[in-house]
Amino acid sequence: MTMSAGYGDTQQHDGPGSFWTRYVWSQDHKVIAIQYSLTAIFVGLVALVLSALMRLQLGFPGQFSFIDSTHYLQFVTMHGMIMVVYLLTALLLGGFGNYLIPLMVGARDMVFPFLNMLSYWTYLLSVLVLLASFFVPGGPTGAGWTLYPPQAILPGTPGSEAGILLMLISLAIFIVAFTMGGLNYVCTVLQARTRGMTLMRMPLTVWGIFVATILGLLAFPALLVSAVMMFLDKTVGTSFFMPVIISLGEQLDYGGGSPILFQHLFWFFGHPEVYIVALPAFGIVSDILATHARKNIFGYRMMVWAIVAIGGLSFVVWAHHMYVSGMNPYFGFFFATTTLIIAVPTALKVYNWVLTLWQGNIHLTVPMLFAIGFIFTFVHGGLTGLFLGNVVVDLPLSDTYFVVGHFHMVMGVSPVMVLFAAIYHWFPKVSGKLLHDGLGKLHFWGTFIGTYLVFLPMHYLGFLGVPRRYYAMAGTDFIPASAQSLNSSITVAALVVALMQLLFIANLIISLRWGKAASANPWHATTLEWQTPQTPPAHGNFGPQLPTVYRWAYDYSVPGARDDFIPQHLPDSAVAVDDAQAYAKAGK
Amino acid sequence: MSIFSKLTEKPWLAQPEGQDPALQLTADEAWPERTALKFLLATISVLFSLFVITLLGRSQLPDFQVLAGEPWLPLSDRSGLWLSTGLLCGSSLMMQLAQWFSRQHLAKAVLGALTAAVALILLFLFAQYRVWLQLANAGFGFTDTAASNYFYLLTALHGVHLLGGVIAVLPVFLQLDKQSGQTLPRTLTLCCWYWHYLLLLWLLLFWLLTSPAQTLNTLAALCGFGEATL
Repeated sequence: MTMSAGYGDTQQHDGPGSFWTRYVWSQDHKVIAIQYSLTAIFVGLVALVLSALMRLQLGFPGQFSFIDSTHYLQFVTMHGMIMVVYLLTALLLGGFGNYLIPLMVGARDMVFPFLNMLSYWTYLLSVLVLLASFFVPGGPTGAGWTLYPPQAILPGTPGSEAGILLMLISLAIFIVAFTMGGLNYVCTVLQARTRGMTLMRMPLTVWGIFVATILGLLAFPALLVSAVMMFLDKTVGTSFFMPVIISLGEQLDYGGGSPILFQHLFWFFGHPEVYIVALPAFGIVSDILATHARKNIFGYRMMVWAIVAIGGLSFVVWAHHMYVSGMNPYFGFFFATTTLIIAVPTALKVYNWVLTLWQGNIHLTVPMLFAIGFIFTFVHGGLTGLFLGNVVVDLPLSDTYFVVGHFHMVMGVSPVMVLFAAIYHWFPKVSGKLLHDGLGKLHFWGTFIGTYLVFLPMHYLGFLGVPRRYYAMAGTDFIPASAQSLNSSITVAALVVALMQLLFIANLIISLRWGKAASANPWHATTLEWQTPQTPPAHGNFGPQLPTVYRWAYDYSVPGARDDFIPQHLPDSAVAVDDAQAYAKAGK
Repeated sequence: MSIFSKLTEKPWLAQPEGQDPALQLTADEAWPERTALKFLLATISVLFSLFVITLLGRSQLPDFQVLAGEPWLPLSDRSGLWLSTGLLCGSSLMMQLAQWFSRQHLAKAVLGALTAAVALILLFLFAQYRVWLQLANAGFGFTDTAASNYFYLLTALHGVHLLGGVIAVLPVFLQLDKQSGQTLPRTLTLCCWYWHYLLLLWLLLFWLLTSPAQTLNTLAALCGFGEATL
């Protein structure tokens, strides 16, 4: 049993002295988490603006002269890549992973603080390289976020010179940053847990981040391999992915490569990436639901097993993204089957979340609203995923708005719902201030209803045959004119949702400046991060003595106990009991 | 306790005061660097596995010509590669010796062995560069054939990882006199793991990159590559 009780106690507890070492070149996991989060939110806002520009063109084609077809494709590409990699992955793992892992497992910091700091600055470099592509001749790449060759590096595709190269370089740098951070997360979980914190006493948030990090360490190399090979195809003229091509009557120097090989590599990364984002979200939502329903999570062990099973299965489903590329029919059958199998542990988690709510003492706080909202959006996105996992259904729907609706519900809106839930939930611990409740609820309802108005109609557009990625419709008489009205209404809803996010930013700023002071444990939660002597936690997190853990993370509403929560670090002898018999009967 | 036992614990059941098995456990000595290295090696393994799989896939396309197997092919004469392999083996051996000397607290011997290990790595890289020149002079430059694309790419990546190891070991040189009796053998144990791992990786790459077409075809068939998959 690896139980490095007090590993962190060998570390220096004194905080850094100067402003620069405290806030800029900081090695404190909490500061690094905030640096990661702010950078990710900033770049996410850039992607949000890009999506608004795309929607303006789609809703009101030709009305905005500054959005031409080149820009449109660049907006699509950069929006997708930024949201998936530079926002969601970075915020969930770099932001929440950094902040929560040491606090939740009872450690003073990550096990390699210097590497952790290096991880953030490398991530920032990757973001800057990516954003630099907006300012180079030809602009950023417009190859679509999947960057499929050969078109991604050939003239005719926007940004096929400097833009695509900067994208590939940025991704490679990001992967280096992720590897440094990821090694820290897994080692901290495995080596720096406090005394009594067994693996099965860890909160599900930590489990989700832990397994997602392992997925990342094993899946991101596939993206690195494809980025390196495509970079060489573009710069020195190798033909890893480039087949024989005749362009404008002339044969190019390329020949013999396989574009399909790139697709395999990309999706070998791309599908686990879905779960790199989803698993931390699953963990976080489990903890928020239990805390705000004042009830233990239903089926904790099954939830852990499901996280591990989903992580393993996520490596054997990648080719369901490639049905339209053509493959051996047996492969199609195999990948359709594995795709349906992965739905089993996923569905199990959904049932357990609902059963956690069942007969709970539900507090409809803002984090809880977002967590419940997530269950809705995730179920909708997940069910349409079952459609698309089947070859015969996927083929006609693959390049339509049905897919856009599906993946935005399951991989866009759902994790973002959890991100908001998490920010509202942990903001009091991070800042020492409470977020404004009214503004938060307005933000929730605007976002929840708004995103449904955006993405639900897209499924219908897909059934009508509206293709994705198109700048403008032409020669599509089979699509009724009413589809355009629907597109316009989607754009209006999307703009409202975008404005709602400004409300959220305003809430953050207002609450930081003028918000009510938060108590150490405003949600009456059981996990260790709420038991720190200072709020926000000081350097070293837990004062002179690390906590000892006596119980799991979900002792809510225990029969006989006076309070409706028992913190993990409280021994039985310190628990206030009103009805000793009921308490004993509950197995406590 | 096995991972299965851990995952089947029932954490919701309270443990009697003073008898909580989680609090009775003897804490293992923390060694996060070892854990990190294990995960790093797993990540590097995936990276090279994927490159190798793409090589196998690419080898099944019609224009692919291997670099060895026939007398007129450039890597049929492998003397240059055997030389570099010998150098890398020597480096691994020196690193192992450095680790062994550190256990015996022989500081000067450690310094000598470490220096030799690093010097042999640099010689290995030079020998690999000579093989590159030999290939290029024979008309198999980086972009000339699909097989040479892979040869240069994989050997370069392997070299980059070796250089990473050299950079990682530099602080050990600088702090040799400051490291305590227990720290140095542990650090060098991890260096040994990394060195031996890269030696094994090189042996695998050496074998693959100089294999005749028939071997690559067999491996590709085992991986399920055929016309329908590419």
